[in-house]
Amino acid sequence: MDVALWGVLPYIGVVILVFGTIWRYRYDKFGWTTRSSQLYESRLLRIGSPLFHFGLLVVVVGHVVGLFIPESWTEKLGVSDGFYHGNALFWGSIAGICTLVGIGILIYRRRRTGPVFMATTTNDKVMYVVLVGALVLGLWTTVVAVAQGHDTADYRESVSPWFRSLFRLQPDVDAMAAAPYQFQVHTLVGLLLFAIWPFTRLVHAFTAPLHYLFRPYIVYRSRDTGATGARPVRPGWSPVGTTDRERGVRR
Amino acid sequence: MRVMAQMGMVMNLDKCIGCHTCSVTCKQAWTNRAGTEYVWFNNVETRPGQGYPRQYEDQERWRGGWTIGANGRLKLKAGGRLKKLLTIFSSPVQPELGDYYEPWTYDYATLVEAPLGDDFPVARPKSLITGEDTKVTWSANWDDNLGGASEMGHLDPIVAKVRREAEDRIKFEFEQTFMFYLPRICEHCLNPSCMASCPSGAIYKRSEDGIVLVDQDRCRGWRQCITGCPYKKIYFNHKSGKAEKCTFCYPRVEVGLPTVCSETCVGRLRYLGLFLYDADAVTAAASVTDEQDLYEAQLDLLLDPHDPEVARAARKQGIPDDWMEAARRSPVYALAKDYRVALPLHPEYRTMPMVWYVPPLSPVVDLLKEQGHDAEAAGSLFGAIDALRIPVEYLAGLFTAGDTAVVDGVLKRLAAMRAYMRDITLGREPDAAIPASVGMSEESVYQMYRLLGVAKYDERYVIPKAHVEQAHELEEIGCSLDYDEGPGMYGAGPLGEASGRPVPVAVETFHALRDRQTADMPTSDEGLRGRVNLLNWDGNGRPSGLFPERPPESQEDGGVDER
Repeated sequence: MDVALWGVLPYIGVVILVFGTIWRYRYDKFGWTTRSSQLYESRLLRIGSPLFHFGLLVVVVGHVVGLFIPESWTEKLGVSDGFYHGNALFWGSIAGICTLVGIGILIYRRRRTGPVFMATTTNDKVMYVVLVGALVLGLWTTVVAVAQGHDTADYRESVSPWFRSLFRLQPDVDAMAAAPYQFQVHTLVGLLLFAIWPFTRLVHAFTAPLHYLFRPYIVYRSRDTGATGARPVRPGWSPVGTTDRERGVRR
Repeated sequence: MRVMAQMGMVMNLDKCIGCHTCSVTCKQAWTNRAGTEYVWFNNVETRPGQGYPRQYEDQERWRGGWTIGANGRLKLKAGGRLKKLLTIFSSPVQPELGDYYEPWTYDYATLVEAPLGDDFPVARPKSLITGEDTKVTWSANWDDNLGGASEMGHLDPIVAKVRREAEDRIKFEFEQTFMFYLPRICEHCLNPSCMASCPSGAIYKRSEDGIVLVDQDRCRGWRQCITGCPYKKIYFNHKSGKAEKCTFCYPRVEVGLPTVCSETCVGRLRYLGLFLYDADAVTAAASVTDEQDLYEAQLDLLLDPHDPEVARAARKQGIPDDWMEAARRSPVYALAKDYRVALPLHPEYRTMPMVWYVPPLSPVVDLLKEQGHDAEAAGSLFGAIDALRIPVEYLAGLFTAGDTAVVDGVLKRLAAMRAYMRDITLGREPDAAIPASVGMSEESVYQMYRLLGVAKYDERYVIPKAHVEQAHELEEIGCSLDYDEGPGMYGAGPLGEASGRPVPVAVETFHALRDRQTADMPTSDEGLRGRVNLLNWDGNGRPSGLFPERPPESQEDGGVDER
C-alpha cells in the first residue's frame, strides 16, 4: 500500500502532468487561456484575485524551500531549528490565509455574480474542489504544527527526503510512510491537483508571461505561409444565443 | 531607412450619413458569434457623443496609449512592463460590460407559441450574458443622432476638454450647430500600444501589409491589450477568453478585395491603399515632445513612393514592384500627404494610427445656408471657418491634439475645392485665385476633387494582392504551379479536381468574374480552368467542361495531361 501510494502514484501523477500538458499544448492552444471573467465583474476580482495569486506565489516559494533544501544545508548555514520553523510558520500561515481568503472571495463572486456563474463549467467546479482541498489541507498541516509546538514530527525529516528521493528514482517510501497523516493527505490531494492540472484552466500558469520583460514592444511577423484569402473555420465560431436556446430547451 | 508597406484607410466624414451599414455588415462577417455579441470591430459614433465604449477617449481614466516618461522616453500610459506583470491578476482599468452594454435578444418564440388569450403576446428582451429577462438600458448606439445630447452631451470627453479650454465662450450649443458621424475601426497603428501591452506577445503586425492581428493560439487572455488600446478597439471574447480585434478583413485584402466595411459603404466614403513608411523612425516620431507636433511627425514617417531613393530602399526590403506601383497610385497617400486633407484620429495617443479622416465641412456649410448666406462661395466659407470656432476646436480635439490651425487649413482646402469646382460646374470662368489662396494649384484641386467626388471603385480601393510566392520561398516549390495567377487557392489541387482544402466560393467567383470581364471571348477557357461554374456563365457560347471534349481523331491518348 505504501509503495503504491508513495512509490508509484507520484510518478503516475508526473506522467499525466507532463504528457497531459504536451497533449493540451499541441491540440488545444485555442483553449489555453485564463478565461478571465473580469469583463463581467471587477470590484470583487480586484481584491480576491491578487490576494489569491500573490499568496499562492509565496506558498509555492515556501514549498520549494521546504522540500528542496535539505536540513543539513540550513544547519551548516547556522540557521537554528526554531528560527527556521518560526519563519516557515509565520510566512506559511500568512500566505496560506491570504490565498484561502482570496479564493474564498473569488468563489463567492463566482457563485453570486450571475454572468460569472453562468460561465462556470463543471470542469471549473471540480478544479475548485481539488484546489481548495489542497489549500485547506496544507493550511491544516501548518495549524497542527503550531498547535503541537516543537514536538511535532518534522516534515523536513520525512516528507522532504521522500520528495527529493523521487528525483533520484529511488523513492524513500518509508520516510513518507512515517510522516503524519495530515501531510500524507495533503500530498495526495496535491498530486491529484497536478494530475488534473493540464485539463483545467490552471494551465495558464504554465505560460506565465515572464518573457514580456525582455521582448521588444513591437512585434512584426510575416503573413502565414501558404494560404491567402479565406481560411478554414477555426474554433470560437459558435453561434450567438441564450443558454436555453443553446441547449435546445424551451422555457 | 527600413521601408515597410502599410495598408491604410481614409474616411471622408463629409459623406457619412450614419447609416451603420458598415457596422452591420462587419458584424455579420466577423462578430456574429457567441462571446462577441457586444463586439463591434466597426462602429459609427455620433459626434459630439460618448463613443463606444462610453467615454473611451478619456485616457486619464482608461490609461490607453503612450505617454512621455520623466526621462523623455516613450512609455505605456498604463505603466511599464514590471507594473503590468504585477497587476496582471486583475487588470486595473479594464472596461466592464456595463461600459459597453449588455447584449440581448428577444424571446421571439412566445409570439407564436403563446396560448390564445385576450392579451397580445410580447417578445421580452433576454440578456445574452445571463439568459435571464433583462431591461434594455444602453446599446452600442444609444446616443445615435444626438439622442439625449442635451442630457448627456457634456459626457463627451472632447466636449469637456474644449469647454474647459474656452470656459464662458461656449454654451452647450453643439446639438443645434454641429453634428457628424465618426465611423471607427482598428487604427492598425504603426506604434500600437495594444501590442506593446500584450504580455504573451500574441498581437503582431504583419510585416507585408502592416495589418495588426491577434494570434488566437498564443493569446492567453491576460487582457492587458484592452487597457493598452486607447481607441478601445480590442475586445475580450468572453466565451473563448481571448482578445479579438478588427482584422482589416485580411482574407479579402490578400486577394485584392476591399474590406467589408468599405465594400458595403453606401456613401462610398472609404478609401483603401498603401502607405510606405520608415519603420526605424517610428519610435522617434512617436516620442515628439509637443503633442501638437505629432501630426507632422506622423506625416514625415510616410515616404514618397515616387522618390527613386525610396523605391531603391523598398526593393532592398523585398517590397514587390506591383506593390510599389500600388503605393504610387495610393489614394490614401494622396489624401493624407499630397493634399493634406486627411487627419489621424487622436495623434496625441502616440500610436501613429493609420486610419485617417477627412474632417467634415458640411456642418459649416449647413449653418451658412441656414443663415441665408451663399454657402458655397469661397469668401463666406473661409469667413465662416474662422468665425465658427466651436466646430473647429472640436475637430482639432479629435484630429490634431487641439491644433486648430491644421484643421483650419484642411477645412479651407476643402472649401476652396467646393468654391472652385462650383464655377466649373456652372460653366463660369474658374477662379485661379481660390486654389492659390490655400496654397494649391488648379490642377491639384481638380485631382483632389476627382478623388473625393467621383473616384470609381478601382481608384478608391488600390489593393495590391498578397504574393504567395513570398511566403512559399524555397518550400513546396512544386506547388507554385497552382499559383501562377498570383494569389492562388482556387483551381484544382495537386491531386486533381476538388483535392486539397476547399476553395472559398467568394474567391473563386471573384476571380472567375474578373476573368470573364476581361476576357476577349464570351466564355474563356482560362477563367474556368476545366471547372464548370455556371454562376459566371453569361449565357453566351458553351462553357468548356460542360460537355466532355470530343477527342481529336488523330490522337487517341491526348487531352489528359492538359489538366
